[in-house]
Amino acid sequence: MANTIHADHAHDHDHDHKPHGLKRWLFATNHKDIGTMYLVFALVMFFMGGAMALVIRAELFQPGLQFVDPQFFNSMTTVHALLMIFGGVMPAWTGLANWMIPMQVGAPDMALPRLNNFSFWILPFAFTLLLLTFVVPGGAPAGGWTLYPPLVLQMGDGFPLMIFAIHLMGASSILGAINVIVTIMNMRAPGMGLLNMPLFCWTWLITAYLLIAVMPVLAGAVTMLLTDHFFGTSFFSAAGGGDPVMFQHIFWFFGHPEVYILILPAFGIVSEIIPAFSRKPLFGYETMVYASASIAFLSFIVWAHHMFTVGMPLAGQLFFMLSTMLIAVPTGVKVFNWCATMWKGSITFETPMLFAIAFLFLFTIGGFSGLMLAVVPADFQYHDTYFVVAHFHYVLVPGAVFAIMAGVYYWLPKWTGRMYDEKLGKAHFWCSTIGVNVLFFPQHFLGLAGMPRRIPDYSTQFADWNMVSSVGAFIFGFSQLLFVAVVWKAARSGAPAPQRPWEGAHGLEWELPTPAPYHSWETPPPPSVIARGAEH
Amino acid sequence: MSDLRRENRSLTLKLAGFAAGAFAFGFALVPLYDVLCEVTGYGNQKLLLERRDGAGAAPVAATGASAEDRTITVEFVTELPSVGSWDFRPVVRSMQVTPGRLYEADFVAHNLTGRDTVAQAIPNVAPGTATAYFRKTECFCFTPQKFARDEQRSMPVRFVVDPALPKHLDRITLSYVFYDDSTRVGALDPSAR
Repeated sequence: MANTIHADHAHDHDHDHKPHGLKRWLFATNHKDIGTMYLVFALVMFFMGGAMALVIRAELFQPGLQFVDPQFFNSMTTVHALLMIFGGVMPAWTGLANWMIPMQVGAPDMALPRLNNFSFWILPFAFTLLLLTFVVPGGAPAGGWTLYPPLVLQMGDGFPLMIFAIHLMGASSILGAINVIVTIMNMRAPGMGLLNMPLFCWTWLITAYLLIAVMPVLAGAVTMLLTDHFFGTSFFSAAGGGDPVMFQHIFWFFGHPEVYILILPAFGIVSEIIPAFSRKPLFGYETMVYASASIAFLSFIVWAHHMFTVGMPLAGQLFFMLSTMLIAVPTGVKVFNWCATMWKGSITFETPMLFAIAFLFLFTIGGFSGLMLAVVPADFQYHDTYFVVAHFHYVLVPGAVFAIMAGVYYWLPKWTGRMYDEKLGKAHFWCSTIGVNVLFFPQHFLGLAGMPRRIPDYSTQFADWNMVSSVGAFIFGFSQLLFVAVVWKAARSGAPAPQRPWEGAHGLEWELPTPAPYHSWETPPPPSVIARGAEH
Repeated sequence: MSDLRRENRSLTLKLAGFAAGAFAFGFALVPLYDVLCEVTGYGNQKLLLERRDGAGAAPVAATGASAEDRTITVEFVTELPSVGSWDFRPVVRSMQVTPGRLYEADFVAHNLTGRDTVAQAIPNVAPGTATAYFRKTECFCFTPQKFARDEQRSMPVRFVVDPALPKHLDRITLSYVFYDDSTRVGALDPSAR
């Protein structure tokens, strides 16, 4: 993708002075170049994590041990999660933020371009460290991405590599978040009020605050693991007066806001695509902003619903159950607003809209299974089963990942100056949507029937639905090659795109020429343009 | 423009400070967690620490209200499988214990196999109905034991008999069978784990 977009730039206006060759990328300070690198990096990680997922599903195609030994299987589940969360979805969001936020708020670039370069280039090193664990004695992390001690402390020589990799990923996303906040707070064009911003900027602003609040807590937790392992502290060792359950509390104090970090920008993107293709302003713009902020606030006080089964007082169980259920209220407001936006709209179903509608429908399914998991007595049954796996994959794959794809299809004409192949895009959509449901829906049944997660072998009554799920996994996995083909083809040989390729699209990015010039909004947009862009 | 640079710098520093504060907060959660446990009385750290620090001589600590008057006889028995040359015996044959208190007993093993080896003790509690009330908090049987050629050493087991032990039981036998790696080749080598 890097090459294609690079090649594409070669034909755009030559007054865009930019460095050439490797230096352009190594020393990049341009928000579009850095955004492209983030997106390409995320795509590479998405395919690596996806390959690991296919190893998992191949092993689970039948009961018994077929392809990999259990230790390696556990490494696959653990590293798949780490790659997808920290290498796939989070960098993809940062890439989209880099590309779109300056264009959407009428700024010439991100506020801190050199910090921007640094926060990107940390990532390849972080993931190299993580992947190196596969070749050191003791192997890759296999104790689950949640890194619970004491199990995680029994890891081999890869342990410090994994910890430092997580430190670096955290540093990268904290720096990226600081950049987003400073850009939005200080770099908006004169006349662009906070409540004139597109919702993608709003949800990203809230996400960025979540990031700087909880990524350091994760850094603290893994630092404690490190000192427990090497320096004789006993934060999490009962023998030394510590408590392994405390790790779970600290981890999930990070972990629950983290899941909103993964999904809030998706809310923003969908809130822009649905109005554009319904040819109606977004229903309830301000309630969307307040709902996002409420979700972010609530995310800090619900963490222990991940650990009902480790035991806690009845009052604690009730508090965490009810506060978790409370999140359904602002989320319900959002889903209602999206439906109300489509109501009586003149809707067309181009690929971005298809992905956005699938997001709406399938994310809501994931939300409902989340509500089921919030119920304490039910959670005792569902905990650590495939029901949980089905739940979080529904909110992350047809949730976050579909929203990223919707965003890429929506903005690709603006980035490359060329339209993608609509037929191929729709083929990608339908293969993905059918694949993802065949893949994850049966996992609900498996979980309710009692199949535990993170196991390489299972008893034979689970065989049928596992086979179905694996078939879906391979459909979904290989249909992502179509995505690469669509982007490649669009960047190479797509038909030239007009300045506003989507009839109903509003926002400052559509006031710029297509493809977006290397430097945009060097003179701030005039108030009339801002007013036209902010029609929501 | 320089105004903007100054504003950017100032906001960046504030946000970096916020992130640093969040890092510190992560560590502040450690004492906060203990305070919460103390206030709610849940997972009483103090009691756990007392039990740990008191460990040593037998009986080492009482678990408070649950200690009681009756005494139980705990007998120690050792067995060796027919293969492998070992000397393996308890230091004392039996012990009078009060339910609810922590005790320690030692077993001595002598490697006579003529080579370096690894051995594993497999415990058994009799009668079977007492098994659920006999709690080993630390035992040499939890991990494989490495022995150099001709090495002799004593190994501890710490245990508590649950006060809920049915009244009709007054005698519990703890027995160990000591297997070395000649019986299950390779399976006991801790370096292979």
